[in-house]
Amino acid sequence: MSVDQNSERLKRLWDLAPMFVEGTPHAKFLGMQFVAIDIGRATLSLPFDKKLVGDVDNGIFHGGVLTALLDQASGLAAVSSFESAMPVATLDLRIDYMRAGKPGKTIIAEAHAYKTTRHIAFVRAIAHDGDVDDPVATSQASFMTTARNFKGTTSPLARSKAVSDLPPASDKGGKP
Amino acid sequence: MSDFHLNEAEIAAALDRIPYAKELAIRPLLMGDELTLILPYGPHIIGNPMLRALHGGAVGAFLETAAIVQLWLMGEPKPLPKPIGINLDYLRRGNPKDTFARAVVAKQGSRVANVRVRAWQDRYDEPISILHGHFLLAPKTEYKPDEKPDKK
Repeated sequence: MSVDQNSERLKRLWDLAPMFVEGTPHAKFLGMQFVAIDIGRATLSLPFDKKLVGDVDNGIFHGGVLTALLDQASGLAAVSSFESAMPVATLDLRIDYMRAGKPGKTIIAEAHAYKTTRHIAFVRAIAHDGDVDDPVATSQASFMTTARNFKGTTSPLARSKAVSDLPPASDKGGKP
Repeated sequence: MSDFHLNEAEIAAALDRIPYAKELAIRPLLMGDELTLILPYGPHIIGNPMLRALHGGAVGAFLETAAIVQLWLMGEPKPLPKPIGINLDYLRRGNPKDTFARAVVAKQGSRVANVRVRAWQDRYDEPISILHGHFLLAPKTEYKPDEKPDKK
């Protein structure tokens, strides 16, 4: 790939990537923020929020919040690793929880799609709270492109329309 | 298995100690000694709005909560078990509807337990996601080196 093609692809990724976070309702609900993107790499952050705690007694993030953040960052790295930035679905995700996060600290997730085939991306990710050599959690995941099911476009407009067209919460009390 | 916490109100109280579970509006359904958790659908748990698919992270958090609550219900009241390493397999797309989860403890040691959890929507036989993993259990008694064990 020529330098021009590469920089063109990077430019497209930087345009697209923030929307992949912003246009994902659950990522927005948790307060995830886009930090950086590269071909096959993505970084997201999640500021601390006491609503996302796992045990009222210790005030640290629920393990599932890290799952969601690592899944989102890994998914974005996978998207960026395909030549035409196709949306993906998680096939599997393994997470190791190394230590408890520090209360009140923002968590940063750095993901790397280290191998991509035609339809599958293999991604490793690290979640830390400032020092990448002292991780809170690490993950290993594989993603599949959903291009076959995917009708239309990755444009921000189509995505925000899709968000507003979502069915309302179930009558048994899903939060807004 | 102890019959320590086998009532729905107590399980709901345990879920209240998990702010994120409360935020997702997860609630218990108890039939005999079999616990099912319910993740009610809401637009906030969608991962891909174009496909109307649930977010893998939300489903993962739900499965993990089911494992934690199941272990909590079988053991000591405090503190909650913590995940060590979990594997999540995503088998089918989560549709915009309520999701259910049931956990089975495959092995319970004194410090670590191995748990399997299944999440499904329309049919139990068609799980949308499966978790298996290890969880660190709360110590039953605190070890104090200067204390001699009681002689009986």
